[in-house]
Amino acid sequence: MNSLEFSSLYQLTMARFRLFLREPEAIFWIFVFPILLAVGLGIAFRNRPPDVLPVAATTMQLTQALNTDKSLSAVTMDEAAGFHKLATGDILLLVVQTPNGVTYQFDDTNPDARTARLLADHAVQAAEGQHNAVPVDNKLVHEKGARYIDFVVPGLLGMNLMGSAIWGLGFAIVDARQKNLLKRLVASPMPRWQYLMSFLLSRLVMLVVEVVAFLGFAWLVFGVPFRGSILELAFLCVLISMSFSGLGLLVASRARTTEGVSGLMNVVMLPMWILSGVFFSASRFPAIIQPFVRILPLTAANDALRANMLQGTAITHLIAPVVVLLVWLTIPFAISLRIFRWR
Amino acid sequence: MADRDANIATISAPTQSYPPAPSPHLKQRLGPSLLLKGVRKAFADVVAVDGLDLQVNRGECFGLLGPNGAGKTTTIEICEGLTAPDDGLVELLGMNWRSNEKELRQRIGIQLQETRFPEKLTVNETLRLFRSFFKRGISVDESIRTAQLEDKRRSRIAGLSGGQKQRLAMACALVGDPELLFLDEPTTGLDPQARRHLWDLIDNLKRAGRTIILTTHYMDEAERLCNRVAIMDHGKIIAMGTPQELIASVGGEHIVEFAIVANGSGNAPVDLTSLTELPDVHAYRVDAGLHQFSVRELHKAVPSIFDALNGMGLQLSEFRTHSATLDDVFLRLTGRNLRDE
Repeated sequence: MNSLEFSSLYQLTMARFRLFLREPEAIFWIFVFPILLAVGLGIAFRNRPPDVLPVAATTMQLTQALNTDKSLSAVTMDEAAGFHKLATGDILLLVVQTPNGVTYQFDDTNPDARTARLLADHAVQAAEGQHNAVPVDNKLVHEKGARYIDFVVPGLLGMNLMGSAIWGLGFAIVDARQKNLLKRLVASPMPRWQYLMSFLLSRLVMLVVEVVAFLGFAWLVFGVPFRGSILELAFLCVLISMSFSGLGLLVASRARTTEGVSGLMNVVMLPMWILSGVFFSASRFPAIIQPFVRILPLTAANDALRANMLQGTAITHLIAPVVVLLVWLTIPFAISLRIFRWR
Repeated sequence: MADRDANIATISAPTQSYPPAPSPHLKQRLGPSLLLKGVRKAFADVVAVDGLDLQVNRGECFGLLGPNGAGKTTTIEICEGLTAPDDGLVELLGMNWRSNEKELRQRIGIQLQETRFPEKLTVNETLRLFRSFFKRGISVDESIRTAQLEDKRRSRIAGLSGGQKQRLAMACALVGDPELLFLDEPTTGLDPQARRHLWDLIDNLKRAGRTIILTTHYMDEAERLCNRVAIMDHGKIIAMGTPQELIASVGGEHIVEFAIVANGSGNAPVDLTSLTELPDVHAYRVDAGLHQFSVRELHKAVPSIFDALNGMGLQLSEFRTHSATLDDVFLRLTGRNLRDE
C-alpha cells in the first residue's frame, strides 16, 4: 500500500476514479441509461402471440367458413359498410360474394392484408371441399437469439462502449485543459504518458462494471443468449473500448473548451449512431455507402459483438472487424500523441 | 561561500534578518538560482518580453512587479520551462530546460496564476496526487500544516474559499520541497485578510531559506515580501533593486500631502512649487487639490513647510504624511498609476 501511495500512476488513476464516481450524471449515462433503453426496446418489440387478423364477409356462410381458421376473426356486413371499415383500417380484408364466386378486397402493400388474403382463400376453398394434396404438419419454433431484443442488445453495448470511452476521455481532458490543470500538471514532474494511461486504466476498470451490469441485466431479464466464448467477448469489449478511447483522445487533443469538444464528439458519434447498425442492420443502407459504413469502428464493434453473442462465432473468424478496430486503436492514438496540446 | 556572502551584502533588507539555508541540498551548488540573459519572446506581433537580464540569488525573495500586460507572466513561464523563449539564456540552479528538464521539474515548485483543481477531489487527495510526482519531498500532512489547511483536509475543493484555494495551490508547489519556488500573482483576487494570511505563509517560507520568485501587480505586496524587485513595463525591466533603494532613487522616502483652506479669493489653485526650494523637500505634484511633496527627513521638512505656509498666510484643511511606496516609484518612472491599468 505504501509503495502504491507514492506511485503517480496509481494516484492519477485513483483521482480519475474518484472524479467519475462523484459525478452522478456520468453514472446515469453510463450505467443506468443503457439498461433503461434495453427495457424500453424490450417492451416495445416484445414477441407477441400471433395476431388474429380482423376480416369481414358479405354472407353468413362465408363468415362461418372464415372463422374456421383461428388466425382470422370474421364478421358479416354489407359491401358498403365493409368498404368503409376497410378504408379506416378496422378490417384487413373484405370477402364479397359475387355471382361467379368471391372477390377479395384488400391493400396488397400491407403484409398483414396479404396474409389475411391467403388464409381467407384457404378457408373458403376448404369450406367448398378442397383438400390438401400433400399432408402437412406444423412444428412451432420460438428460438432465443432471433428476437429483436437479441439483435439490439449487442448494438446497445457497442454504442455504450463508444459513448463512455469518447465522453470519458474527451470531456475530462478538455475540462482539465480549460481549467489550466493540464498546464499545472506538466509544470510538475508528472510523466505525461502516465496522465493518459490513467484514463485508460480507469476506463478498463469501469468497463468491467459497465459491461457486466448491462449484459447481466440483458441475460437475466431478456434471456439474451451468449453463444460465443465469454473470454473472447471480454477481449472484444476491451478492444472496442480502447479503440474508442483513442478516438476520444484524438477529439480531445486540441480543443480548448468543453463546448468545443462536445460539438466535436457529436460530429464523430452521430454518423455512427445512425449508420453502424445499433437499432437496425447496417446492411439496409445502399451498397454505394457500404464501404464507408463497414470501416466505421462502431460497425465493426457491433458486427463482432453480434457474431460472438448470437452466432457463437470464434474470434479467428472475426478478423475483419478486429483489424478495423485495431487500426482505429493505433492511428488516432499515434496522431493525438503528436498533436496533443498540453496547455 | 564568498559568493553567497557577497550576494547577501547587496540584498540588504534592513528589517529582515537573513536566515541560513536549513537543508544541505540548498547549498549543494553555488551561483545564482536563476539567471536570464537577453531573453526575448514575441507572440504574433506583440513583444511580450524584450531582452530581459535578471539574476536571482539563493535564498532571495525576488519580485517581478508591473501592471497587467507588462510581461511578468510570460517571463515567469519562460523561467518555469512552460514557454520557450525566442532568444536568450535561461539557467535555473545552474541547469537549463533543454538538457535537464526532468531534474529541474523535481527541484522547483510552481504556482500558476490560475489553476482550478478538480472540484470534487479533497484537499488531501489533491496533495497526495501531487506528492506522488516527486521522488522526494515533504509529507502531505506537513504541506497541509504549512498551508494551514488542517480544518479543510477532508473538504472538497469546491467548498474552499478563494484564499484557501490559493493556499492549496501553494501547498501543491511545496510538496516536492523545492529549492526554487515560483509564485505567479499569488494574492490576486483575494480579500485583504486572505492576502495577509498568504503573506505570512510566504514569510515563513522565506525564513526557511527558500528562493522565491513571485510576480505581483500590488506594490505593497512586493515591498512587504521581496528582498529585491524588478519593475517591468512593456516587456522590459525599468528599475531593479531593493524596495528601499528604488524608493530612495526617486528622491525622498516620505510623502507629505496636504490641502489648503479656500480663502476669499475663490478657488484659484495655489502654486506651491517654490516650496521645493526648502531643504529636504523634493518633487512636487498636485492631484485633485491635494499637494504632494516627497521629502527625505520628515522632522526637518515638516516644520519648514509649516513655516512657509504660515508666511504665505495659507491655512491647512488636511495634512498627512506617509512613507513613499513603490507605487510612487512606478508613477515617477512611467507617469502612469499602476492601479489605473
